[in-house]
Amino acid sequence: MANQVMLSRTSARPTIDINERRAQFDLLVRRIGKIGLHVNPIFAYFFLWAPIVVLIVFSFNDGGSVSTWQGFTTRWYENIFNNAIAAGTESARFTTENMLGAVQNSMIVGFSSTIVSTIIGTMVALSLVRGHFPGKRALDAVLYLPVVIPEITQAISLAIFFKVIFDFTKMQTGINATTGFGTIIIGHVAFCISYVTIVVRARLADMNPRLEEAARDLGANEWRTFWRITFPLILPGVLAGGLLAFTLSLDDFVVTFFNSGIGTSTLPMFVYGMLKTRVPPEINAISTLMLVASTALVAISLGMQGRNAARA
Amino acid sequence: MAAIDVELRNVTKEFPGRAKDGLVRAVDNVSLQIQQGEFFALLGPSGCGKTTTLRMIAGFEDANSGEILIRGRAVQNVPPFHRPVNTVFQDYALFPHMTVQKNVMFGLEMEGVARAEAERRAQEALQLVRLPDIAARKPRQLSGGQQQRVALARALVKHPAVLLLDEPLGALDLKLRQAMQYELKAMQKSLGITFIFVTHDQEEAMTMADRIAVMDQGKVLQVGTPEEIYESPTSKFVADFIGETNFIQAEVAETNGVFATVKLDETTFIKAVTGGQALTPGQKVTVALRPEKINLFPVKGLVEYEEGSTETAEEYHRSLMSVPNMNLIRGRVRQAVYIGTDTRYVLHIPGEQDVVARVQNFGLRSDTYFEDGQEVNMYWNAENARVLLQ
Repeated sequence: MANQVMLSRTSARPTIDINERRAQFDLLVRRIGKIGLHVNPIFAYFFLWAPIVVLIVFSFNDGGSVSTWQGFTTRWYENIFNNAIAAGTESARFTTENMLGAVQNSMIVGFSSTIVSTIIGTMVALSLVRGHFPGKRALDAVLYLPVVIPEITQAISLAIFFKVIFDFTKMQTGINATTGFGTIIIGHVAFCISYVTIVVRARLADMNPRLEEAARDLGANEWRTFWRITFPLILPGVLAGGLLAFTLSLDDFVVTFFNSGIGTSTLPMFVYGMLKTRVPPEINAISTLMLVASTALVAISLGMQGRNAARA
Repeated sequence: MAAIDVELRNVTKEFPGRAKDGLVRAVDNVSLQIQQGEFFALLGPSGCGKTTTLRMIAGFEDANSGEILIRGRAVQNVPPFHRPVNTVFQDYALFPHMTVQKNVMFGLEMEGVARAEAERRAQEALQLVRLPDIAARKPRQLSGGQQQRVALARALVKHPAVLLLDEPLGALDLKLRQAMQYELKAMQKSLGITFIFVTHDQEEAMTMADRIAVMDQGKVLQVGTPEEIYESPTSKFVADFIGETNFIQAEVAETNGVFATVKLDETTFIKAVTGGQALTPGQKVTVALRPEKINLFPVKGLVEYEEGSTETAEEYHRSLMSVPNMNLIRGRVRQAVYIGTDTRYVLHIPGEQDVVARVQNFGLRSDTYFEDGQEVNMYWNAENARVLLQ
């Protein structure tokens, strides 16, 4: 029995000591912690939502004050559509027509930048997940830059960039290019690509690569594999990324402000213009409508990503 | 000899390793010939290169060097969608956004088969895997066993020259897996298609395969029928990986080419098959011996050597000694565990080592049972013991 091991036996059964006071104290700490877990989010959500709730409530406030409640009305909403924005004030030049023009500009910019950034973002996601090329990791890291760098930095850098380009083209060709829809859309595309790529890449990473192999195994070349298998499976991600891009574009102020030209004011710029002298109550109504639109888009986007997760 | 369907000639595949500029050799100079209509298994532990080998045949990986031929044609630059092989993936890889029927028809659609014809063949394939009624369902509505069958139908509907199966039964529970083993084998026989399948389960390989290639660390260690692999392993790895094996440490005393006499200690000698290996007296070797080849009988008392006939242990010992190539040694029982069909003994034998013996429980337990610490006689035919150098 060369390799047999013997355990020495202890002589007495060990006794178990419980410190009653210590146990009571631990129990109390645990109870407080439990209550804290319930209370914490209430505080957090209060800070998050209280200002927005005030905005929505006062968009229905009768009377010009934005601080005292004077009864319910929908007249600010009516004003918006009746060409009576900020009537009788200095800001009266903000007509419904102007506002609808701004909405139209926002839509032009939103759709254009969404389509372009969704296509580019999806292609970037594909190459980041499926491709093999030198510097892929670095590119992957840089992808988050537009998400984390201050928007003002991006806006100013774009403005300078366009100025350099325009100066150069003027010098070379004599054409006097200016900022306008083109520069706004390029600016929006620049920051939307990252968001689209992040959403689509998450979807692609979840996708079983064996599915594409199975398609090729069954006789589909790369092109058919993409359109029959890959694309239908990442489509919810692509749509979600697109909606996110659209929302970001609609809401953007800083990049737009620094890169817009004459007659290309978007809705956020229109609202800012109204604020220059005082805060007319219609602002609340417009803001509430924008909030509803953005929330709806984000909800749809999240819903699509949720369906992704359930499917995968 | 039948025609060769798949041939690998000195195939090597390297992947970038963790270390900088380091390469991991997943498949190392592998050569195989797989005959038409054969059920061939690539068997080995995880990371042995078996799946990479299969993926190179399918066309998902390119070999760094060497040649792969399918039906005599080199396929290095042929993409998967032009190879006459189809794969059943480990996780089935059914297209989640398509119905079962669309999944099965996908391969035919890619070939440009007319819709009516494709539908007919898909239905046929689903009948073959005994799932004719689920064509309209989505893969996620199916059980694991059903998904496995659909994956099989989707590959077979293309009438491939070779069907590749990557751990096809790995995700199924034990009962279903065993049933599918026999079903797959029967299906392969009736279709006559060459099946190459990858598994880490030696029992699965033994049950289904006509021939097995045992792989370890990228190398093919041995290729043979299940019986050859089990009875005549040529390396310690193969002997150990397939079933349970005793490795007895010994020293070569003499050899006549076919059998070697090896000594366990100064007074105990046994014979073992050399397998044609060159041995020199004094060489340290390992003798592989399966537990079920060892028989036991008592040192004293009566031995019932066949139904109703008994003789004394001494007489029985003498009669065994006269049988050529019979190994007969003494051992002491260290542990006896009753496990139903047989009893598993751990025996201490000369050379300060332990071996395991499995003795079938023919009669009542009390008739054949030896207790801990008891001295027993052990014997086995020398043909069942093999000298292994590696």
